[in-house]
Amino acid sequence: MKTKYDVLIVGAGPGGSIAARTAARSGLSVCLVEKRPAVGAPVRCAEGIGKEALQEFVEPDPRWISAEMDGAAVVAPDGTTMVLESRMAGGKVGYILDRKFFDRELAWQAADAGADIRVKTRASAPIMKDGRVTGAKLEYCGKVTNVTADIVIAADGVESKFAKWAGIDTTVPLREIMSGAQYVMTDIDIDPKKTIFYLGNEVAPEGYLWVFPKGERSANVGIGISGKKSGNGHRAKDYLDKFVKQHFPHGKTVEFVVGGVSVCRPLECTVADNMMLVGDAARVVDPLTGGGIYNAMFTGHLAAKTAVECIANGDTSKKALMAYDRAWRASPMGKTIERNYKVKEYLITQPDEKLNAIVNSVSELDLSEFSTFQLVKEILKKNPKLLLELKALADIMS
Amino acid sequence: MLTIHRDICGYCGCCVSVCPTGSLELIDAYLTVDDTCSSCGVCAKACPLGALEVIHENKV
Repeated sequence: MKTKYDVLIVGAGPGGSIAARTAARSGLSVCLVEKRPAVGAPVRCAEGIGKEALQEFVEPDPRWISAEMDGAAVVAPDGTTMVLESRMAGGKVGYILDRKFFDRELAWQAADAGADIRVKTRASAPIMKDGRVTGAKLEYCGKVTNVTADIVIAADGVESKFAKWAGIDTTVPLREIMSGAQYVMTDIDIDPKKTIFYLGNEVAPEGYLWVFPKGERSANVGIGISGKKSGNGHRAKDYLDKFVKQHFPHGKTVEFVVGGVSVCRPLECTVADNMMLVGDAARVVDPLTGGGIYNAMFTGHLAAKTAVECIANGDTSKKALMAYDRAWRASPMGKTIERNYKVKEYLITQPDEKLNAIVNSVSELDLSEFSTFQLVKEILKKNPKLLLELKALADIMS
Repeated sequence: MLTIHRDICGYCGCCVSVCPTGSLELIDAYLTVDDTCSSCGVCAKACPLGALEVIHENKV
């Protein structure tokens, strides 16, 4: 078995697999390791992604798309609904994926591009030399192999440990972890073409509850609440059970999903000598929506491109890899994270009455572009007073 | 000390992300805690299922 690569990637989620695919297609030798025995399982995701965002990286394929969305709805604590559509997007705005098959497809594409893939293989420690990462100890079925690489990409997700071992603190503040639970339900009455978001301090404190259709009568019904608001008797699962009992008492649960989603600002620095962090490990989840699939693929792709350049130049120092850190921060993704972080920080402090007023101000919106940016802009147009309450929101309008 | 209720744990890793001492690790479907754990209880609060519990010795 090979023990030296140009790039070693820890974690075969969308971030790691796209990084592996990009690096391998550029001619680098790549090793992609996944600690689980199966890429894509267990799922820890609500599986939603925008249509154009997905297409930037992979051609949509019915084998891993559960449902196509034509809009969304936001339900206020008082039950008022705001419907969001986009005729300009041709009616189709996003997808609900089947992550088990989606993740597998991306890993498959990385393999086809030439990357080596090792499953049930855990990077149990970094190999350090003079304070720099030079590889990792890989554990597979009781055997430990030292694998060295010019660059290690840590794509090890929300429970990221690799970068922590190598000296980067990835700890998420308790108040900024979304503690989540989800049932994949069937035999329920839903609008099969719309994602629904339920807001309210009684429904999902400092988070939201979602119904993301997976078929005519099936959906991911899930919730994320702030870690700060979680505790015995009032955990994510408790809130979810309460909602399901009220809304889908006769539904059948075919899968139970749990997980944590970070809604903090991204890490202050996502590179070190010979190492880059991507996706959830870099804490680049959208803090408002909790969406992380696109951001993981985007940072994975960018990290791999940076790896190609830096290896060609013979310089994989932190200084050289900073090009990656700067590039994602300056990208539309980086700017969206910063803007949505401010919107999120504002929204979580609002009482239910305020959320009711905001949703009540617009019952229907036809967005020119189906994004949180357009949504916030439209809401601010209808509620100019909100601008006075938080100066940070004013930046959005300018 | 921290007790992991394995019959409840959904091995999602939410707890690992908030642990300030890096004491928890998710090895596939098995959560581990090492001796650097300070029993601060942050993980127990964040867990979506309530699989973690800090049991103080004077209560045992």
